[in-house]
Amino acid sequence: MTELQDQKGRGGTGSGARGTGAAAVGPVPIEVRTSIYKMMVEMRDFEKRAYDLFLQGLVKGTSHLGLGQEAVAAGFAAAMRPSDYTFATYRGHNHTLARGVPMTAVMAELMGRQAGLMAGKGGSMHLTSVAHRMMGSYAIVGAHLTIANGAAWSAKLRGTGEVAVCFFGDGTTNIGAFHEALNLAAVWKLPVVFVCENNRWMEYTPISSVTAVAHPAADRARSYGLDPVLVDGNDADATYAAASAALERARAGAGPTLVEAETYRHGGHSRADPGKYRPEAEVQAWLARDPIPLYRLRLVESGVDESVLRQIEEAAQSAVDAASAEAAASPPPDSSLVEADVWADGGSSWRR
Amino acid sequence: MAEMTYRDAVARGIAQEMERDPSVVLIGEDVGSAGGVFKATVGVFDRFGPDRVVDTPISEQAILGAAMGAAMTGLRPIAEIMFSDFFAVCWDIVANEIAKTRYMTNGQVSLPLVIRSANGGGARFGAQHSQSVENWAMAIPGLKVVAPSTPRDVVGLLAAAVRDPDPVLFFEQKSLYPAKGDVPEGEIVDELGTAVVRRHGKDATVVALAAMVPRALEAADRLAGEGVEVTVIDLRSLVPLDVTTVATSVTETGHLVTVEENPRLCGWGAEVASIVAEERLFDLDGPIVRVTTPHVPLPAADALEDAAMPTVARIMEGVRRSLQ
Ligand SMILES: Cc1ncc(C[n+]2csc(CCOP(=O)(O)OP(=O)(O)O)c2C)c(N)n1
Ligand SMILES: [Mg+2]
Repeated sequence: MTELQDQKGRGGTGSGARGTGAAAVGPVPIEVRTSIYKMMVEMRDFEKRAYDLFLQGLVKGTSHLGLGQEAVAAGFAAAMRPSDYTFATYRGHNHTLARGVPMTAVMAELMGRQAGLMAGKGGSMHLTSVAHRMMGSYAIVGAHLTIANGAAWSAKLRGTGEVAVCFFGDGTTNIGAFHEALNLAAVWKLPVVFVCENNRWMEYTPISSVTAVAHPAADRARSYGLDPVLVDGNDADATYAAASAALERARAGAGPTLVEAETYRHGGHSRADPGKYRPEAEVQAWLARDPIPLYRLRLVESGVDESVLRQIEEAAQSAVDAASAEAAASPPPDSSLVEADVWADGGSSWRR
Repeated sequence: MAEMTYRDAVARGIAQEMERDPSVVLIGEDVGSAGGVFKATVGVFDRFGPDRVVDTPISEQAILGAAMGAAMTGLRPIAEIMFSDFFAVCWDIVANEIAKTRYMTNGQVSLPLVIRSANGGGARFGAQHSQSVENWAMAIPGLKVVAPSTPRDVVGLLAAAVRDPDPVLFFEQKSLYPAKGDVPEGEIVDELGTAVVRRHGKDATVVALAAMVPRALEAADRLAGEGVEVTVIDLRSLVPLDVTTVATSVTETGHLVTVEENPRLCGWGAEVASIVAEERLFDLDGPIVRVTTPHVPLPAADALEDAAMPTVARIMEGVRRSLQ
């Protein structure tokens, strides 16, 4: 494990994936970088607004924000092809937006409106848009790793070159489904990429206090014949590089990759949780490594004009404003939806 | 018309569908060259090869997750859970994921998949390898639930299940595997949600499923010797439930007896009884009687298992009680 721990230093300077599993990838093209920045800014503004609307009682139920974890979603989405599949968790707003799903549909789903992505039938934790190959957000910890395998198995049998990318948290590495899925993916050499977003906390318990190894995902990789891949999850160039290498490996028929991206959630676990159970110094250290300002600085230093970035930022704000207004103007879903779409015939009848 | 065992009918049904549709695949523990622990998939691997017939590790969640992910992306998987008792270790994938996904996504995701499993008692396997768990599945919106009683129905209902656009749990009663029956040559495709009247009589309606069907028929034979003519309905499918066939028969006979292998509480017979009570109360001329296993886990010893499961004598007794 020493090899792995030696690689743990944080640089945030576009060092790319560490660990032996990811091949070196060249410098990230500038248009990719600006698109990554745009995605991250949109995610950030969208989720901050979702939080405000939650406090106002317009976003109902629960929601789990990925504030602070944007570089994982954006880096991977930028490297994926439109035909690749995304599987995410209840903390899936960012992953959904990253695949190009319109903000209005996502916001309206959070608000339980007719214009919602699933017309309000799924809610924040189940965002799905098959048209964007966003194959679902799953709220039972671990289940979707096994389902991502199925999509990858199907892609392999159909010979399509599609890859399934599955995002999950650090806490997920201790449930049986994680281990069943990793083993099967390795044995069947499936074109699947498992991405552990290690934000150091489950709900209210730190992962380190309940896990036998230091790196909950990377340290398990060898058990499945995989090389450990540990990446700075707050560095979008690094996540992009790790994603590119893993996707290439999957498409080449070399099988799955398990990536551990180290990151941090800026807020609490869900809803209005302020996350006060976390040591203040830890929170501050990670806030100082906020992926978005870091990336902005890097883009400016590498010659991107400030005005381009400002334009991206202003456009994101207006997009969020427009989406929130459209979502709020949408009526609640018609109650006829309650009994619709249990079955393929559109209904829910159980008798004849 | 050839005579065939229930077990061979499973392999025939699978092969019929795999031959017809290249997107049909089979996965499970030992389903490949071993032909299944119940020998119900013998020959399928040799015919369709290792890409389409795949042995898995002992990972029930991974098996059903793979089936689900494959179904959402263009395949029509048939997954095997070796013993239905093992649904308990992968029920999340069945109940939370497979059953709910079409609904939660507002109809975006289709899951055309079949999960086959050896279900039920009579093999002296004890409480963890003998349960009848079709009631578990029946209780969850989004799952179709099928349990054939004859080799012919195995082929036809399996074909219907594979072609159905929704997830189907297909329960094979393991004590029926060696049972023989006539199966016509050629392609057989049946219809889900249709009960079959196996015997017609005017005095009472007995509704049974899977291994309880032959028992109910034997009880009907013996009751005929006493001058009591019984209709025996093979329900075949719990979801969709053929209420029409049951209710029509109850209107004719005025008496309803359900015969379930399940433990007493919340068995499917309770649902059938409640529907008949709600919709045909004034056609009834006697109490609805449920014949079930007592509310106990199934014991292993032959003498004890036989005493627990509904017997021909208890079915006859149930009919007499309703007629009193
Ligand atoms: C099987 C299961 N157990 C428990 C929960 C409740 N739960 C929801 S999120 C969560 C924490 C998950 O932590 P992690 O995997 O690190 O993901 P994160 O929330 O940090 O993104 C728990 C315990 C659940 N949804 N599913
Ligand atoms: Mg976590």
